[in-house]
Amino acid sequence: MFSGDMATAGEILRRSLTDEVGVSKGSFSGSEELHVLAVDDSFVDRKVIERLLKISSCKVTVVESGSRALQYLGLDGEKSSVGFNDLKINLIMTDYSMPGMTGYELLKKIKESSVFREIPVVIMSSENILTRIDRCLEEGAEEYIIKPVKLSDVKRIKDVIMGGDGKQKKRRSVRKRGREDRIYSLSPSSLVQSSSSPAFDFLPSPFSTLSLSKRPKLQTRD
Amino acid sequence: MDLLSQLRGQIADFSAFLHREGFVDDQFTQLQKLRDESSPGFVVEVVSLFFEDCEKLVNNMAKALEQQIVDFKQVDSHVHQLKGSSSSIGAARIHNVCIAFKTCCEDQNRNGCVRCLQQVNHECIQLKNNLQTLFNLEQQIIAAGGSIPAKQ
Repeated sequence: MFSGDMATAGEILRRSLTDEVGVSKGSFSGSEELHVLAVDDSFVDRKVIERLLKISSCKVTVVESGSRALQYLGLDGEKSSVGFNDLKINLIMTDYSMPGMTGYELLKKIKESSVFREIPVVIMSSENILTRIDRCLEEGAEEYIIKPVKLSDVKRIKDVIMGGDGKQKKRRSVRKRGREDRIYSLSPSSLVQSSSSPAFDFLPSPFSTLSLSKRPKLQTRD
Repeated sequence: MDLLSQLRGQIADFSAFLHREGFVDDQFTQLQKLRDESSPGFVVEVVSLFFEDCEKLVNNMAKALEQQIVDFKQVDSHVHQLKGSSSSIGAARIHNVCIAFKTCCEDQNRNGCVRCLQQVNHECIQLKNNLQTLFNLEQQIIAAGGSIPAKQ
């Protein structure tokens, strides 16, 4: 049965085990911790997202690039760096702009994989570019969030995933919901619950034409 | 007024000042909420990481801008990185300089870039000093038997 070299055998074994264990096929038992794979090339951002997730009671694996993420998932054709039983990821959160492989390219690879395509993927980006957002949502991203990511974002995403709706999102025409113009998604199940936090103005207009003036920043909150 | 109340008053005033003057924004407050008993040094750690990154990027940008022929794409990618991380920690002023800096890169405006870099450097130093003051006040509160107030 195990013809060929050990690496191939390992892969066969891993695949059948993951099928058995049931790598997140849209449903979530709720009694386990959510295991999130976070991908970002910035170490400041990695530290922050890791903390956001840990404080939200998630198990976190953080990697610095798309290729490392694929390596971790075992999608790069090489032997996985992770033990068979550990490979249960419930959510992937990835930065968009990364050197080498962008978050979009990573998203595509994940959605092309029969094993991992059901795992929700959230794209994070500092840039609010509608064509980019469309592309990501069309490719199957659960959400596209404008950075910086907040605790309320993580809590919301977690609720959606643990709600275990498991229903396939139909590939309808792209319908964007701009919540405070920073969160975009397709499915109504990802609907942003009304949040008590005020609108977050991350590009305060008084400073968009930078001057060296000492004008105080206009507060849009508090 | 006892020492603890005095310190709390000081830190409240100082935080308000930092926000009012745009040194930090709501994202910084968000980060402060992420502290707890298991990770009390979180904000200090992230901020330290940020400043290390900042110094490295500033040095790289300075070198790039000194070249005979400036590689504006290179500079732009450094600015992009700094813009991202400053936004992530709520370093609003630095973030705002980066926005203007990016424009100078796109315009291939060397003088503009140099000015922006000087401004970035200046803001980094100011923020570092301000946050150090904040962290010192927090340490004093802890030493006086209090706990760090997490802003709601």
